[in-house]
Amino acid sequence: MKHLITFIAFALSTHALADTIIVQSTTSTQNSGLYDYLLPILKKETGLQVNVVAVGTGQAIKNAMRCDGDVLLVHAKSAEEKFVADGYGGYRRDLMYNDFVIVGPKADPANLAGARDVIDALQRIKQAGAKFASRGDDSGTHKKERSLWQAAAIDPEAGSGQWYLETGSGMGATLNTGLGLGAYVLTDRATWISFANKQDSILLFEGEPALFNQYGVVPVNVGKCPNVNQAAAETFTQWLLSNTGQAAIGAYQVEGKQLFFPNAH
Amino acid sequence: MDALAEAFRLIFSLDADLFEILLLSIRVSLVALGISAVIGLPLGTYLAITKFPGRKFCTLLLNALMGMPPVVVGLMVYLLLSRSGPLGWMGLLYTPSAMIIAQVVLITPIIAALSNQVIENLYQEYSDTFYSMGVTGRRAILAYLVDARYALTTCILAGFGRAIAEVGAVIIVGGNIDHLTRVMTTAIALETSKGNLALALGLGAVLFVLSLLVNALVIGVREYAAKRQYA
Repeated sequence: MKHLITFIAFALSTHALADTIIVQSTTSTQNSGLYDYLLPILKKETGLQVNVVAVGTGQAIKNAMRCDGDVLLVHAKSAEEKFVADGYGGYRRDLMYNDFVIVGPKADPANLAGARDVIDALQRIKQAGAKFASRGDDSGTHKKERSLWQAAAIDPEAGSGQWYLETGSGMGATLNTGLGLGAYVLTDRATWISFANKQDSILLFEGEPALFNQYGVVPVNVGKCPNVNQAAAETFTQWLLSNTGQAAIGAYQVEGKQLFFPNAH
Repeated sequence: MDALAEAFRLIFSLDADLFEILLLSIRVSLVALGISAVIGLPLGTYLAITKFPGRKFCTLLLNALMGMPPVVVGLMVYLLLSRSGPLGWMGLLYTPSAMIIAQVVLITPIIAALSNQVIENLYQEYSDTFYSMGVTGRRAILAYLVDARYALTTCILAGFGRAIAEVGAVIIVGGNIDHLTRVMTTAIALETSKGNLALALGLGAVLFVLSLLVNALVIGVREYAAKRQYA
């Protein structure tokens, strides 16, 4: 019996969590390798151990509302501002940006290459009867995609399961599924560049103000969540916003391409 | 083919990250298995050798719980351990302990239900003998477990199989945090979502080899012990 108790105690023991924070995060920053590059630099300079839970913006915000994180790093500005207004976040700062792109089969059945703007691109997909794979998971990318369909005056839900395929999964899983089905997919550029299973698909539409993708950082409000490690969360946030942090973000490249553009200042 | 090459490269490069992930997988699964066996084996035996009203229902419930989707168990444990949940004050969410708790909930019913079946067969054979010898209660449970130990290894291995292969529950309560709660299955899920399919399959192959080794070891020990006993 004594052995059993020792055994269980050992099993349940977790190392003393000195200066550790949990970041509830969007997936693109993890899947693109940004954290693998950034966090060792941060640790060297601040001594902070950062544990990242990468789940997609919608879920990250909900998890943070249950106090299961110290900082939020996501990309849905209005949802972040609401998070702060509702008292869950201390404040919100712009951190960095990149943009969304539309990828799809090389053959380009909807002729996106000839699209005037993103509205036109979406209308072409609908008119050509081509498939479109959506995240369908209330993530930042999904929120952006829905707003674009709305601007194009198309209700894609009406074709759900026919031409509009909602995977209810992360960006990578949606790309795996969508590209496999020869569908068009809206993705952030960082995930696309670092994605290793592009199959027969290529980038078909890009470069428009409407596709701007802003990332924000929000420390969780200690008044709402007393368990928050406020000092460490503040250290993390301020380092990301500092000249050093911003320069580090800008220096990260995959295949010679910069994935995130710092814009805190 | 790429995947196999990747698996060999992973194993023979003695990649430190791989071993960290592999060790955590083994640690979490074995600890969960130990706790589940301590609960599940006596529970299954008790239900097999004791008559009480509602016993059939309990057995039915155990069998049904074997089919519980891991993601539901993960969600329940998450809500329990969340900072805003009833056990949030313990600070266990996103730790290996949370993963162990979820796996105990998942595999205890498997071990209990399967051992229940094994002991029930034995009961028909032994009940009169044990009764006449005055072996009852806790001593009877122990006697049955010792007697059926070889057959029970299969129940244990089934539990281990579920634990080591499970991803839905541990990714929710563990968070797949690098160097903290990342295990083989969640690493496979992550690499798949990055589109690194060969690496993901390679990790899968490594996990399979581990499972093969554990099963071979347990079955080997069982055969050896059985042979010595009856020699």
